[in-house]
Amino acid sequence: MEIFQYGFMQRAFIAVIMVSLLCSTLSFFVVLNRLAFMGAGISHAILGGMAIGVLTGINPLYTGSILAVLLALLIGYMSRYGNIHEDTLIGIFFAAGMAFGIALISLKDGYYPELFSLLFGNVLAVSGQDLWFLAGVMLLILLFISFFFKELLTISFDEELARANGLPSTALYLGLLASLALTVVVSVVVVGVVLSSALLVIPAASGFRFSRNYRLMLFFSVITGLSSGLAGLTASYYYDIPSGASIVLCAAAIFFSSFLPLLFRKICFIFRKISFSLSNKKTLT
Amino acid sequence: MLSSPVVETINMNVILGKHRVLEDINLVIESGEMVGIIGPNGAGKTTLMRVLLGLLKPTSGQVKLFGASPDRMGKKRDRVGYMPQSPVFSRHFPLSCLDVVTMGSFTATSLGRLFTGQMREKALRCLEMVGLLPLKNKPFAELSGGQQQRVLLARALVKDPLLLLLDEPNAGLDLPTQNHFFALLKELQSRYGLTVVIVSHDLVMISRYAGRLICINRTMHLHGEPLDVLQSSDLGKAYRCELDFLCGKVGV
Repeated sequence: MEIFQYGFMQRAFIAVIMVSLLCSTLSFFVVLNRLAFMGAGISHAILGGMAIGVLTGINPLYTGSILAVLLALLIGYMSRYGNIHEDTLIGIFFAAGMAFGIALISLKDGYYPELFSLLFGNVLAVSGQDLWFLAGVMLLILLFISFFFKELLTISFDEELARANGLPSTALYLGLLASLALTVVVSVVVVGVVLSSALLVIPAASGFRFSRNYRLMLFFSVITGLSSGLAGLTASYYYDIPSGASIVLCAAAIFFSSFLPLLFRKICFIFRKISFSLSNKKTLT
Repeated sequence: MLSSPVVETINMNVILGKHRVLEDINLVIESGEMVGIIGPNGAGKTTLMRVLLGLLKPTSGQVKLFGASPDRMGKKRDRVGYMPQSPVFSRHFPLSCLDVVTMGSFTATSLGRLFTGQMREKALRCLEMVGLLPLKNKPFAELSGGQQQRVLLARALVKDPLLLLLDEPNAGLDLPTQNHFFALLKELQSRYGLTVVIVSHDLVMISRYAGRLICINRTMHLHGEPLDVLQSSDLGKAYRCELDFLCGKVGV
């Protein structure tokens, strides 16, 4: 196939598969724990960390990861043991981190192409080194989730039961937040800061539309993530549109298509009602 | 050598912030007892439950479950089953009844281990005990309040506990459902020789089923058989209202 003859497209497909798999798995816990705002907050706040990388010449993925994990742990810890609500803290770091990133990048002379890449992603520019980093992060997080899946599900449903049963709920929750932070960083590579929260919400939200069983919800979440990633990247190549936007639009299309059967049933119901009232009128006359 | 009581607190005090929530609590609950803990709102009943579960440490004094401190029970923690106060679970959580019951067996001892067929078998057995086996695959969120409470009771039983701690299990249930729930609890308690501690607002219902009542309002005011506690003049002092209003129509 023509699309695979370029090295950058091959790397882009590998990156999209890894990021989609990771985001759709984490998405399951993001939706169940209502962490969508946490994902959006971290994705914007890490602009500061990535900007440090841009300025110092260190890979922005590394500097962004360190800041993201530190922020997630700080927000998680302070919301549990401090007097500030989680969403208040996220709101503060969301804006402060982004402002810090913009200020840092503006210190560079001239035009800032890096800022555009960070904001909207540029999967076509993924290097071999980035792929190894993505693979390492993916392996680490998937191992953590598969090892503690039943415990993470328990704290998501009823944390008091988890604590009463002796489970280390705070450590597990902070582990989940750290995983979320790293996932956000790798998703920024594909779709950028602005759109990354979509990959953390839409797959599981679609999965939930398709099934009320958590196993099937997770399965459909992964299917939605992978199919939208692959379809979006392919569409971006053939229609010459930014890959991040194309992937998010494909995911959104899958989500909205899950409402089609409901819409169809509603339309059928309305038609039946109209035809019933028409036939009643005929009988009366 | 005599075995230690199932629950024992010695001169226990709990201070939260600047408030003394529990003061000088001395409790002994022996094996096989069904004990009701009563008291007005803000009396510290739920705090006492949280201390017994090891979710909160007492400021001073001792708490022992099966002779060990709740936060250092190790494997003994599996002997304690817990049913929380009026559940505030998300209506959209995609779990079946069987999934919810199985969760009860995820403890510190099974941390990081694979889900086993034995866990599933136990969960099915517990659902059968509470009469909900036919609903095992039904989404938990779609059950009625009474059915949800029975599923949560099954979840508390799944570890084969020796001690059951129930926090307001009848909150939000209508009278027939409450009666059915307590009758089931009593039957399971006598069949399996469980020790049951129930925190409840409902003096009428709890006095019908518990073998002993303990009335607290920050400190312990009364304890004894239900009839004695309900007829005591000190009960009105603990609740700070008229005695007739509290138990004149109890019918015990």
